[in-house]
Amino acid sequence: MDWLQQLINGLAQGSIYALIALGYTMVYGVLRFINFAHSDVLMLGAFAAFFLAPVVGTILPPQSYLGAFIIVIVSAAICAAIGILIERLAYRPLRNRPKLTVLITAIGVSLLIEFTCQHNAVFGARTRPFPRLIPEHNFHLGNIVIANHDVLVPIVTAALLALLWLVVQRTKIGMAMRAVAFNPQAAALMGVNINRVISFTFGLGSALAAIAGILYAMRAPGIEPLMGIQPGLRAFIAAVLGGIGNLPGAALGGLLLGLLETFAGGIPGISNYRDGIAFAILIFILLFRPAGLLGEVKTEKV
Amino acid sequence: MQLGAKRWLIAAVLVAFGVSALSGYFNRYYLGIAIDVGISIILAVSLNLINGHTGQFSLGHAGFMAVGGFTAAKLTLELTPSVPAAAQPALFVGAMLAGGLVAALAGLAVGLPSLRLKGDYLAIVTLGFGEIIRVIFQTSPAFGAATGLTGIPKFTTLFWTWSAAALTVYVVASLVNSTYGRGFLCVHDDEVAAAAMGINPTRYKVTAFVTGAFFAGMAGALYAHHKQVLKPDGFDFMKSIDVVVMVILGGMGNTVGVILAAILLTVLPELLRGFADYRMIVYSLLIIGLMLLRPQGLFNLRRRESRSAAAN
Amino acid sequence: MSASAEPKPDSLLKMQRCTIRFGGLTAVSELDLRIGGDELIGLIGPNGAGKTTAFNMITGVYQPTEGEIHFAGTPLSGQAPQEITGLGIARTFQNIRLFPSLSVFDNVRVAFQLRQTTGMFQSLLRGAAFHRNEKLIESEVLEILDIFKLSRFRHTMAKNLPYGDQRRLEIVRALATKPKLLLLDEPAAGMNPTEKVELTRLIGFIKEKFRISVLLVEHDMQVVMGICQRIVVLDHGVKIAEGSPTEVRNDAKVVEAYLGDSHLKKPAAAVD
Ligand SMILES: Nc1ncnc2c1ncn2[C@@H]1O[C@H](COP(=O)(O)OP(=O)(O)OP(=O)(O)O)[C@@H](O)[C@H]1O
Ligand SMILES: [Mg+2]
Repeated sequence: MDWLQQLINGLAQGSIYALIALGYTMVYGVLRFINFAHSDVLMLGAFAAFFLAPVVGTILPPQSYLGAFIIVIVSAAICAAIGILIERLAYRPLRNRPKLTVLITAIGVSLLIEFTCQHNAVFGARTRPFPRLIPEHNFHLGNIVIANHDVLVPIVTAALLALLWLVVQRTKIGMAMRAVAFNPQAAALMGVNINRVISFTFGLGSALAAIAGILYAMRAPGIEPLMGIQPGLRAFIAAVLGGIGNLPGAALGGLLLGLLETFAGGIPGISNYRDGIAFAILIFILLFRPAGLLGEVKTEKV
Repeated sequence: MQLGAKRWLIAAVLVAFGVSALSGYFNRYYLGIAIDVGISIILAVSLNLINGHTGQFSLGHAGFMAVGGFTAAKLTLELTPSVPAAAQPALFVGAMLAGGLVAALAGLAVGLPSLRLKGDYLAIVTLGFGEIIRVIFQTSPAFGAATGLTGIPKFTTLFWTWSAAALTVYVVASLVNSTYGRGFLCVHDDEVAAAAMGINPTRYKVTAFVTGAFFAGMAGALYAHHKQVLKPDGFDFMKSIDVVVMVILGGMGNTVGVILAAILLTVLPELLRGFADYRMIVYSLLIIGLMLLRPQGLFNLRRRESRSAAAN
Repeated sequence: MSASAEPKPDSLLKMQRCTIRFGGLTAVSELDLRIGGDELIGLIGPNGAGKTTAFNMITGVYQPTEGEIHFAGTPLSGQAPQEITGLGIARTFQNIRLFPSLSVFDNVRVAFQLRQTTGMFQSLLRGAAFHRNEKLIESEVLEILDIFKLSRFRHTMAKNLPYGDQRRLEIVRALATKPKLLLLDEPAAGMNPTEKVELTRLIGFIKEKFRISVLLVEHDMQVVMGICQRIVVLDHGVKIAEGSPTEVRNDAKVVEAYLGDSHLKKPAAAVD
């Protein structure tokens, strides 16, 4: 029954990757660049929750679902604001510059957040235990034990995915997002406010990252300013794996990566290579599908 | 006999020899920095061939450096005891070349499958290769696993480092400054047009990757025999970013600028040692500020010329 | 026009029943095209007819879904674009594709790496042979730039050239590969009437001076009718007519294909 345990772990891990990957992919969809700072927004989300938990704990009983909900929503809002701010200050002035310039800027922003947060006057470099946000339950299924955290993660992800799908497909701003992704110039000519759409995209992606950060922190030994790098990198891989710019692709890539990594991690001999597995999978898949699993290969028109 | 560009190479090696001969009089700390600068120049100029001249955005240079470093260090660790002292410089040069060659093989392994990919996809795959290389060293007992290699003989001198740097600059500059080498720039500008001109983009890209990796491997070998310890952790993604920043700061494809940037970015952190807490914050602000204000690089004057030409 | 409107029997280029599909779209369908040595052929058709696509198949940018192409007896299937250039087919692009950050001189110079023997190792060793070779290339580049009156721009970056000169440079660059067949994709696009007249003269000059065949795609009927010996008309990927300028002009199908299109009556600049 070990595989069932692995399956649940993999799903939980994969859902978190998927949530983060959605942010990468949405930004890529509208702006065509990889927002390296995304993984740091995730870390900021976890820290927001870390500092909010005691505050909320004074009003509501600790470890209540309502309290957790409030903490998550407020953290997501904070991170949405941060995401929008980053785009405003660092990326918007570079809107019409070569993509490489923006990519390097994004790396710079990412380093800035990481090093600033590592400074002792901010969070400091040490790892801190993450507060328990919800009561802990264990379900017993035969001889395997499933933590409620692990079940919660895929459920929350599925709900968020559904919500995101509705936003993108059914709302006006979602339609504008798709229009900008398809052809920014044409969208602008049709009266779409590009700046608003881009801000919205960053806000939405960052909010998802914050939630993912909290979910990640709940399963991790603790939080520290560099905690976003590894899941961020995996999510980034997941986004490319699914076909960057493609929302279902990001979700699929995330889940797949989480599952493969967990199962491969369980195989003795391979488990040491855990950090390399994600990349190996990515490279292997890109060899056969250069545009990712769900991405379209476009022949360049000459 | 025409010497041409070779004059510069010979001059640079002679300078390296002269300065190295006097190195006994130098403060060891400054000597160490001078060697670090040489290694940075090798890394930056070789990456410039891939990223700048050929336009293939690679984020995996640290991986090639690791391959060269570990290969060379392993060789000297195994062989030094059985080699007489007089032959040790030869052993070091051999190890350095071996490191470069194995790294070049790694470059081939990365270059070939990555050729179908462009832009962000290439960036992430090269990043991935770099990380995989690191993980392999981290898990293989022959290379000391996570602790890495220690007690590496201190073979690196100012002479070897600066000579290798001069050789790197010479090779990259001579490659690019020839009819053959203009092909790298064509691939950078427009692959479809390059192919229409009879240029084989694949061949040029692989050549760039292999050559760049070779010198990164040499840099790794020099680094290993300079610091005397080699940890896989030191070759992570951040190290690759450092080299990329040198290339960008210097101005992609601008060899002189990239050399200046490599010097600046190696010396600057030392100058900022007193502000260790803020050093990296300043570094990241520098990257952002540079991209916002001078994306063509700090030392790239060519763009400005071309703009004035357009105005005429 | 003294040349006959019949394709010469000893074809330089032979395209047989070439079809290419992009997903559901058949961009070119069963195209037969023959070009003999020393011919100047026009390829015309309304927008989206498949002219550029035909160029892309000939030059190896796209592989035809069906059909074969032979050049001087050599089958082109499976050959990469650079190999086809090596065989002697050169082209220009509808949307200018110079090497923008290279100088005018270098844009032409790179053509020579195709036929000169200096490779990577010679560039590194920089021996006497290397220098001799580079000198030779330099003089050849300057010569061809001179012929086309571009030498005063030799140090200018291609992207900073005036538009008309960019178009001209693209032709010069293609010629520098020493082709037997030159494909020109709308070289007059965006030019004013004076420039067009000059271009027409230039194409005739090139054909005479370099003794090569030219396949010309052009929307400007005055240019096409003025210099082509034979004209092939495409519509929706299908060849609907072929013959001398007069024959094509009077062909009912051609007139119909262009109906509502003012090209045949009133030459207008086609800017894409
Ligand atoms: N890479 C591609 N992928 C999909 N469709 C393509 C591709 N290249 C060309 N097409 C389609 O093939 C058809 C023919 O295009 P082509 O560019 O050959 O026309 P053309 O005759 O050159 O027209 P124009 O006069 O506008 O240049 C068009 O419908 C075009 O959209
Ligand atoms: Mg066309």
